[in-house]
Formats: sequence, C-alpha cells, structure tokens
Amino acid sequence: MSEQGEGVRTLEEQQEMEDKVISPEKAEEAKLKARYPNLGAKPGGSDLLRKRLQKGPKYFDSGDYNMAKAKMKNKQLPSAPTEKTEITGDHIPTPQDLPQRKTSIVASKLAV
Amino acid sequence: MQWCFSQVKGAIDDDVAEADIISTVEFNHTGELLATGDKGGRVVIFQQEVENKNLPQFRSEYNVYSTFQSHEPEFDYLKSLEIEEKINKIRWLPQKNAAQFLLSTNDKTIKLWKISERDKRPEGYNLKEEDGRYRDPNTITALRVPILIPMDLMVEASPRRVFSNAHTYHINSVSVNSDNETYLSADDLRINLWNLEITDRSFNIVDIKPANMEELTEVITAAEFHPLQCNTFVYSSSKGTIRLCDMRVSALCDKHSKLFEEPENPSNRSFFSEIISSISDVKFSHNGRYMMTRDYLSVKIWDLNMENRPVETYQVHEYLRSKLCSLYENDCIFDKFECCWNGNDSVVMTGSYNNFFRMFERGQRRDATLEASRENSKPLQVLKPRKVCTGGKRKKDEISVDSLDFNKKILHTAWHPQDNIIAVATTNNLYIFQDKVN
Repeated sequence: MSEQGEGVRTLEEQQEMEDKVISPEKAEEAKLKARYPNLGAKPGGSDLLRKRLQKGPKYFDSGDYNMAKAKMKNKQLPSAPTEKTEITGDHIPTPQDLPQRKTSIVASKLAV
Repeated sequence: MQWCFSQVKGAIDDDVAEADIISTVEFNHTGELLATGDKGGRVVIFQQEVENKNLPQFRSEYNVYSTFQSHEPEFDYLKSLEIEEKINKIRWLPQKNAAQFLLSTNDKTIKLWKISERDKRPEGYNLKEEDGRYRDPNTITALRVPILIPMDLMVEASPRRVFSNAHTYHINSVSVNSDNETYLSADDLRINLWNLEITDRSFNIVDIKPANMEELTEVITAAEFHPLQCNTFVYSSSKGTIRLCDMRVSALCDKHSKLFEEPENPSNRSFFSEIISSISDVKFSHNGRYMMTRDYLSVKIWDLNMENRPVETYQVHEYLRSKLCSLYENDCIFDKFECCWNGNDSVVMTGSYNNFFRMFERGQRRDATLEASRENSKPLQVLKPRKVCTGGKRKKDEISVDSLDFNKKILHTAWHPQDNIIAVATTNNLYIFQDKVN
C-alpha cells in the first residue's frame, strides 16, 4: 500500500469514478452488484438461457413426489424455492407449487 | 404526420384477466382484415367496413368478423410441463380464392385456419323438411331442384392443417415464404421448413443446439423469410446478431451467408450489454432492401448489402439506460418489443412503456412519441405528442421517468399495408388510429 493523502485517489478508483460519470450503464451495474453480490459475472451465460428455454409452469407429478418423499423419510421435503433460478429437473413440484387451475374458456372481450 | 383516434376494442376495467392479454396483432395483405391473438389461445379477426359514402371524413371502421379458439392448453406428460395456449404469432397467407387463410402458433403447434363466408343456404330439398327431419319417401310424389337463397352472413373458421411435434423448444416465429407453398417456424434453437400442404414432415434448416448444453451461449429470437426472394431468410439472436441464409447453398443453413453485427466498444461493456443487445424482432422492409431490428433500447435499420453496421439507429427510450438495474430486477429488461414498417418503408414504429409508442420518419429524421389511452379516445381526437423528462426540471405535460408505468407495455403494433392506419395493442385493449384526413 502506497502512502497517500486523503485527497489522492488511486488510478483505478479514478477510472471507476470516470466510468460512472460517463456511462450510466456502468453505474447501474455497480448498483446491481451492490444489491446482489453473489450475481455471476456472465449474465448472458448458459444459466440465463437455459432458464429461458424452460419457461412454463411445472406440474405436480405424483411419482416424482412420492419418490422424493421416500428418499427423505426423516427429513422435511424441501419447500419450493421461489427464485426463478430453478432450471433443472431436480426440483420436485409439491402441491404448494401448483398454479391455480385455469378458468373455463370464454369469449374474448375484444369480440364484444 | 398527425394521428387521430379511431377505435378501441376490449374491456375498460383495470382488472385484466390473463387470458385477455393480447399477444399478437397482424393485418392481412390487403389491410381489410386485422387479426389479434391472446394469451387464452383465442383469435379475433376484425374486418374493415366499406367506407360510408355519406361521411367523407370518416375512414372505415374495423368490426368483429370472426372469433375462434385457436389453441387450447395442453400437457406434456413426459416433462410434467404445461404447454401454454398463448398465440405467439399470426401470419396471413396471401388470398388465393374466396376464403382467407392464416397460420397461428403457440409454443409447440402451428395451425392453418381457413376463414370462409357463407351467405347462401340451400332450400327445397326433396328428402328433407326445412327443419332437417327426413321425409317419408313414400309421400314424395314430385321432384324439385333445391335453390340457394340468401341468408345472414356467417363466417366460419376451421382448422385445415395442424403442424405439430416438430419443436422441442418454444416457437417464437412463423413466416410464410413468397413462394406461397412453404413457410418456416423458429424456436429457441432450431428453424424448420414446412410445406403448407404437408403436416407429417418438416425439414430442419437451422440447428444451433450445442452438443453440450452447458456451452449454450445464444438462442434464436426471431426469423423471417425475405419478402421477394424465396431462397432467403434471416434469423436474429439473443446476442444481437442477425444471420442471413440462402437455402440454395446447402440443405442445412447452419453456415450463414451474411452476418450482421454492429461492433461494440469493449470499454463500454457492462453486465447489461448482452441482455439489452438481444434482438426481440426482425422485419424486412416491403421492398426487400432493408431489414429492421429491435433491441431493448433501440431500433436499427440495416442495408442488406452492409453487414458491419446498421445504416440508421433510432433511440426508443434511451432514458431507461440509467434504470437498467431496476428493470433487471422487475424483469422488464427481458420484454420483447416488436416493430413494423409502414407501407412504403418511410416510417417505422415500435412500442414502449406507459402505453407510449414511437414513430420514426426516416427521411425527415423526425420522431414522435404518442400514447394509447382511454383519455385520448374521443372520435377523431388528434393525439398530442408526449415527452419524457429526463433532467431535473419537468415542464408541464411532460412525464418524468420515475412516473412511467412499466406494467403498461406496448409490445405489439401493426401498420396497414397501404394506408396510414395503425393497430396498437396495450395489455388487453386494441387501439386503431388513422392519420388526420383534411
């Protein structure tokens, strides 16, 4: 660590400050990293894309559910995580996860 | 150009049922018909009424012509996943005979619908009564020829072809070829070529699925056939690139003929760069010389002869660049906006938030921000241009960035192929505007 007075900034700090002034995008990135320090560095990576490929509500599968329950006889079945990062088939939907049943099909309100 | 309110369709109440969310809007090739698809799998078709000659200042109105349930929710038992009935795209076929045809697709299945009119019915059967009961043949002593008599117009929609089981991933685009015999369907990783007559076979023409899914870096976001050259199509990606492919070169078009990409200054790169560069829509110009792409913040126009950068770039809502953090948190940064050309390719249009939509007049270098709202919906009311205030002092009539309603998105817009009539979809309402007729 070099000895510096309070008013002197390192080159890196200065560059970072300039970046924030020049680029609102980089300022937003800093904000995001401050809120979510565990966020991966590669946003466009395969995790995000695979989540996109898998969009769609998962339904309750009694076979999967009972097998998972059998495996964890003594432990509690893990409750459904609410984050959207769940992308693989590892998550066994539980009855609490089920989306509400769809209402019956009626005519479009545009056709009135 | 000044725009006037013409009509608005849909419910007024704020409580929007999910099924009523409009998911696609498309004029047919003459502009006489306007189709909408929604999240509930329903299609509503409006028809332009013949102009009322007594009121010269009134442009024709669009009224309901036909409505039907195109897709129903399905269940994939193998993956325990529901297949949404939401209509992702509608594309009309050019009219060949009295009936109209359109392709509508959800995530997995494309359907060809025939919409036909019936305005006559036969009367005077020999063996049947008028109510349909069969007559006792022994009582029939004379023979007569049934005649066709006029009846109230009945519009019938029937599914003529169902193209299923060809897509593992979610279909985002369909595009009818100019040859009027084939069409393409694109999902996140693959593009298939179909013959409109054949449902049990389709050819895979693009496959970007990596051998190891961990190596997945980009997905297909949109695809379209060239309007005039039947061998050419383009597809856009989540990384902001567009590939133009020529089907004459090889059966599998994994190798592009042209790659359109604007180079990026690496020092400007941020966490959000790739996400906001993802192209949500690609549309050829009517004359086939240009194509337009929409990414999160801008609309770009590309000359097909120049791959290294667009010829025009228009900022849709640049003020959002300093809001990317919250837009990422509320998922709005992943919203897929569409864009469209006017009939002579001189103006382009796209949607934004707060029920604003943007128009860019290419030659005049003019742009406008307009709003689709019930408050500006008096007949023939001229739309006032809107302005978003980015700096400190907000002028009267301006709206500040923080007051924008990000739940009011205009993702789908359409422009009449010949006239200045536009259809703008808010969440659950369809607005029709026309230019001011003097």
